[in-house]
Amino acid sequence: MSVELDVFVGNTTIMDKEVYQLWLNGYTVNDAVKVRIEGGVMEECEASAEVLLSDTMDQYRTFQMCERLLHHPAKLANQLLFQIPPDRQAMLIERYYAFDDSFVREVLGKKLSKGTKKDLDDVSTKTGITLKSCRRQFDNFKRVFKVVEELKGPLVENIRQHFLLPDQLARDYAAIVFFANNRFETGKKKLHYLTFQDFAFCAGQLINNWTLGAVDNIMEDMDVDLDKEFLQELKDLKILITDKDLLDQHKSLVCTALRGKTNVFNEMEANFKNLSRGLVNIAAKLINAKDVRDFFIDLVEKFIEPCRSDKWTSIDVNLYLTHYTNSVHILDTFKHHAVWTRYMGVIKSCILRMYHD
Amino acid sequence: MPGKLKAKIVAGRHLPVMDRASDLTDAFVEVKFGNTTFKTDVYPKSLNPQWNSEWFKFEVDDEDLQDEPLQITVLDHDTYSANDAIGKVYIDIDPLLCSEAATVISGWLPIYDTIHGIRGEINVLVKVDLFNDLNRFRQSSCGVKFFCTTSIPRCYRAIMVHGFVEELVVNEDPEYQWIDRIRTPRASNEARQRLIFLMSGELQRKIGLKVLEMGGNAVVGYLQCFDLEGESGLVVRAIGTACTLEKISSTLPATATHPSNSSPSKDMKEPGFGEEAPGVPLSSGPPTPLRAQTFSSFSPSKSYSRQSSSSDTELSLTPKTGMGSGGSAGKEGGPLKALLRQQTQSALEQRGVSSSSEAFVRTGEYPFFTLAAFPPGFLLHVGGVVSARSVKLLDRIHNPALGNTRSYKLLDWNSFTADEPETRDAWWEEIRQEIKSHAKALGCHAVVGYSESTSICEEVCILSASGTAAILSSRFMQDGPLDTEHRLSRQPLCVFSTGSERVEGDMGSSASLGFEEVVSPGCGFCHIPYDELNIPFPAQLTYCYCCRRYKVPDVLFTTIDLPTEANVTGKGCLIQARLCRTKKKAQGEGNATVISNLLPFLEYELHTQLMNKLKLRGMNALFGLRIQISVGETMLLGLASATGVYLTALPSPGGIQIAGKTPSDITYEQHISNMQKKINDTIAKNKELYEINPPEVVEEIIGSPIPEPRQRSRLFRSQSESSDEVSELDLSHGKKDAFVLEIDDTDAVEDIHALLTDSPTPAGFYSCNTEIMPGIQNWTSAIQMFTSVRVFRLNANLTNQGLNKIFSDLCENLLKSLYFKLRSMVPCCLCHLNFTVAIPEDELIQVAVTAVAMSFDKEQLLENGKQSGEKTLIKAITENDEQLQFNLELNAETSAPNPLSSPKGLSEVGSHLSARASSVDYSSFADRCSSWIEQLKLKAHTIRRGSVKTTSSMEKASPLPEGRSRSLRSNRSYSGSSVAVVKMTPLSFIPGAKIIKYLGIINMFFIRETTSLREEGGVSGFLHTFIAEVFAMVRAHVAALGGNAVVSYSMKECVFMENPNKNQAQCLINVSGDAVMFVRESELESTSVQTQSATTHTSNGAEGT
Repeated sequence: MSVELDVFVGNTTIMDKEVYQLWLNGYTVNDAVKVRIEGGVMEECEASAEVLLSDTMDQYRTFQMCERLLHHPAKLANQLLFQIPPDRQAMLIERYYAFDDSFVREVLGKKLSKGTKKDLDDVSTKTGITLKSCRRQFDNFKRVFKVVEELKGPLVENIRQHFLLPDQLARDYAAIVFFANNRFETGKKKLHYLTFQDFAFCAGQLINNWTLGAVDNIMEDMDVDLDKEFLQELKDLKILITDKDLLDQHKSLVCTALRGKTNVFNEMEANFKNLSRGLVNIAAKLINAKDVRDFFIDLVEKFIEPCRSDKWTSIDVNLYLTHYTNSVHILDTFKHHAVWTRYMGVIKSCILRMYHD
Repeated sequence: MPGKLKAKIVAGRHLPVMDRASDLTDAFVEVKFGNTTFKTDVYPKSLNPQWNSEWFKFEVDDEDLQDEPLQITVLDHDTYSANDAIGKVYIDIDPLLCSEAATVISGWLPIYDTIHGIRGEINVLVKVDLFNDLNRFRQSSCGVKFFCTTSIPRCYRAIMVHGFVEELVVNEDPEYQWIDRIRTPRASNEARQRLIFLMSGELQRKIGLKVLEMGGNAVVGYLQCFDLEGESGLVVRAIGTACTLEKISSTLPATATHPSNSSPSKDMKEPGFGEEAPGVPLSSGPPTPLRAQTFSSFSPSKSYSRQSSSSDTELSLTPKTGMGSGGSAGKEGGPLKALLRQQTQSALEQRGVSSSSEAFVRTGEYPFFTLAAFPPGFLLHVGGVVSARSVKLLDRIHNPALGNTRSYKLLDWNSFTADEPETRDAWWEEIRQEIKSHAKALGCHAVVGYSESTSICEEVCILSASGTAAILSSRFMQDGPLDTEHRLSRQPLCVFSTGSERVEGDMGSSASLGFEEVVSPGCGFCHIPYDELNIPFPAQLTYCYCCRRYKVPDVLFTTIDLPTEANVTGKGCLIQARLCRTKKKAQGEGNATVISNLLPFLEYELHTQLMNKLKLRGMNALFGLRIQISVGETMLLGLASATGVYLTALPSPGGIQIAGKTPSDITYEQHISNMQKKINDTIAKNKELYEINPPEVVEEIIGSPIPEPRQRSRLFRSQSESSDEVSELDLSHGKKDAFVLEIDDTDAVEDIHALLTDSPTPAGFYSCNTEIMPGIQNWTSAIQMFTSVRVFRLNANLTNQGLNKIFSDLCENLLKSLYFKLRSMVPCCLCHLNFTVAIPEDELIQVAVTAVAMSFDKEQLLENGKQSGEKTLIKAITENDEQLQFNLELNAETSAPNPLSSPKGLSEVGSHLSARASSVDYSSFADRCSSWIEQLKLKAHTIRRGSVKTTSSMEKASPLPEGRSRSLRSNRSYSGSSVAVVKMTPLSFIPGAKIIKYLGIINMFFIRETTSLREEGGVSGFLHTFIAEVFAMVRAHVAALGGNAVVSYSMKECVFMENPNKNQAQCLINVSGDAVMFVRESELESTSVQTQSATTHTSNGAEGT
């Protein structure tokens, strides 16, 4: 005696949010039933384990049938097979494209290739996320990347329109795409303390300020790549450390402004040249793709770590960077004010964001 | 050339990739009608081709227009090899042939392939130019409207009900033709689909002709079925009720200018809702059941409200303040009434001239009605269920020499009917005759709620027919319009609150059948139609508990919906009897004999089970009874479903007593008394659950609650040697005490256990298999139609007991699953639960359920809570409301004995009435205010989001409450979505909405086959996809007709066959329904809040009464 066939089809497709989440998390039907039983849905609704199993199987089947539509969320709205209310559609898409921060930290900045996909089982063991879920998340990254890669116009907007994602999620995907495209190194031990949201914030800064799309609004521009011209110009900033006079002048301006305003003034004064060299060197090297990859590690090594070892507070860092940036404009011989502002604006907000334990 | 069909192929989208090399498709379209084919150009290398073709014109006979579907084939062009078919779309042209239905078919339709399912969509435009054909001898019946709905459709009124129409068409099944051996499965499936399309077209045309002959213009309750007889062919048959319908012309202007009209008029349209506006979620008038109960014998109070409210709407300038009591209404409404009466009389006269007096001659040979719900006053008396079955051996239809019909009833296997060319016709003829004679035996002249069905296994076929014997009001047949919405004609009946009896009496005396005095409609239909001294079966008769003037039976079984005006105590529930009987494998005649011998026992047991379960729930009547008997190789399945209710007019059912046969054993007796206690407890619990607390007065009057003799089987069976055996069975049982269950063997013990193990519905759920549940009014707009299918594999060598248990568990578990699935809709009622069982193979049982879950407002539950003494205070408005209602209840209670003790207590009741009217005024006024706010909000929404058909309706239709809290963002991102929401429901109405147009019948047949079952997710995955596809296609066709809902939807066939070893499966599905366009009541009302406010007070006062 066995149930050979068991289906339930509603005119409006019934989808249980909880089961959907279990499915997304890569649980098998049996595991999902166990979780649901523990969740107490049985007592609530006077149901039996059998009923729960039947319902779970049915829901899983529905989700599988929907999955190919979710790969192209725009299709979900004008397909005829499932009648799903718009708010449900939004929920389905949003959850399908949601990802685990711990997972994304593992693949952030890596090439979204078959090779990376093969290593997902390691990621799965490391993060405790099921392989199925890892694959879904990885495929989502890859799918978004592929679609957006060739598109012109603002990155976040493109993602939002093509995948109908809510604003925050679209921004996160923009960050992922941006990191994957520029292959930023994020896996080094020194960077482990940084969360995905830290990187996403920095990516947002870079996208908004350092790409071609950031300066002029011509739609042909792409947000995925850094503005080459700007990177070229960054080399001109070197004068700030190569010209001895300029460097000293800069230092004295900053120190005058800072004196008496912080407890770590001595350390600031002592470290000024080092730190300034560090930041300007990062700028000058960005023209090389390889150094772009090391952008974050450089920031940590050249600036954050020294400051941290001198026990600066983030207020100190903020103060220092503000004056460090502004004082340059008082230097008579320095000509590259626009580039400096564009560069330091991003650097300052990135460092402030990254400056935590 | 009476017709020109025009089609235009606009575009395609989401097409499958047909060319692996380019990942694209070179698509073109063939448009075929009859023998003419047109082609579009090839649109190269695209999955979203834009053909934008010219108009393809077909000049055809309207006969062909009715028979043939428009066939659209999408193909992939291939230069070197044959073009590959992508899929097809069949379009039924019929809705375009009727001036009142759709005018154009336009929209995205799924491209369907029987092997691959839906493969993209195609956008088409189809129109028909019809020339008038006045040829008397024409073969077409264009313009006859068809409705699946088993009541008078909402925006029509019946001028005349002509009666029963039937027709059947036979053909060879292409699947069994020799050519099938050499053609592909796809070709064979398509041949079958096309043939069935053609056959149903032809059938519809022929029935239409019959209707025209009778002078009608529509078929209501149209039921079309397929019999897949395998080798012997394919039968498509249909039955229906011919009517002359008239569109209520003023629907739109009336509702637009007088919105208050819509709610009072609804109580006519939506039987069972009482006077409440069912869809307005905020409406919380006094609880209808209570009211109905209290004023049970006081029909004028109901009619009265209609009168005053309708006069409001029709002549809104007249002051209506004094409408609270009957007397004052009579004075003030005087001139108005006279006017109305004049109009009506003239209308009646006109009809009198045009129609002859032969009321039932008009109904043809069989006075059968496929309708299950009737306008108030139409159904006078109900006798009981009549049913007939016969077992036949199938043979090739086209070979009359071999066409021997065998009825197990005759058991005469040598009787050849060789000279009978139309065997199937003759078979049905036989059965209908039998039904007719059964009805006669019950003293009835008509059968309502009539339906026919078959079950086929190999060459044995069981034909079944059932209905409810009834007496109908002849005035409706002759000249009285069966009006559902039109109030003018009703006026004379309702003008004088005290005089209504007189008027109705007048009508009654004109009725030929001698039911001269018409009593209140609330109990009238329960009164026995047969002669008391000459009862066709032993039955316990008592005086009606409502009017105390006529005899009623102690139990009533019917196949119809609960009449609107019926007085019901408490709520109803789904009651099922399930039975499984093993039988020996046999061939041909032997098999037929075995089956015919088993049938009577099966039916008898089903009946006993139903009766016991009914008693167990403390109820006394069954509505919507449907008994399905399914035959397999080694077993017979019987499933009887019905909705049990407690009719106030009928006596309260006694309990169930069990008795042991072997006394003297103390432990045994203890066991029995334990069991007895359990049963009593269950009955008590059920009474509480279903709120069955009939007035106490009843007990006093009866005196002694003697266990009444068992109700005789109301089921008229047509089994072998019919009359003799039936009476014999009944007699043997009649000697014993009716409710006594004897435990003489293990079987009986099992039976009792089974009785007690029927699990109750979980909290917040109700279920019924009729259109609506008595006692629930305030439906919200959240509805969810669903289909669930289960197939169960049995072990070999099971006993009857084991089988029974498995089958019963299967049904119970299915119900449990449904409750669980739909838990988010609580409080809700599963309405129209329609179970179909089949035995697709040896050891397989298939159960399919289609139903609709409808949420209702908690408000009502609160009221219930109040009844038991708990009073919850909420917001100011509701609080106010509730207090008023509480008063009303007290009021009602005090007056409760009145109608019972004094039939002449009209004046007394009248005074109560006025008190009620005034108090209700405030509550519903407050109600109105809040609902205005709601409406205004809704309106603001609508304006912002544009047309009803796109997103806005989609959002509104969302059955999920989360829909409200949608952010701007999602609004933006979805504004582009173009799929209109189409609601589906097996009911004839949509809660909270008004159907403004019927667009035509939907009758679709699909075959799906796969040779890669595992890859498609196994049998469940395969069927899940297929059912979803069928829903999608129904929705798309409805949307293309300009509709936004399907009502009276049913899945009439779901034949599933599998061969897992070969990785193959095949499924056939046939669905039908009425495509409609509806408008939300809130939208209607919000269009004219102004007018409404002017009439609010009076109309509400009337509504409340």
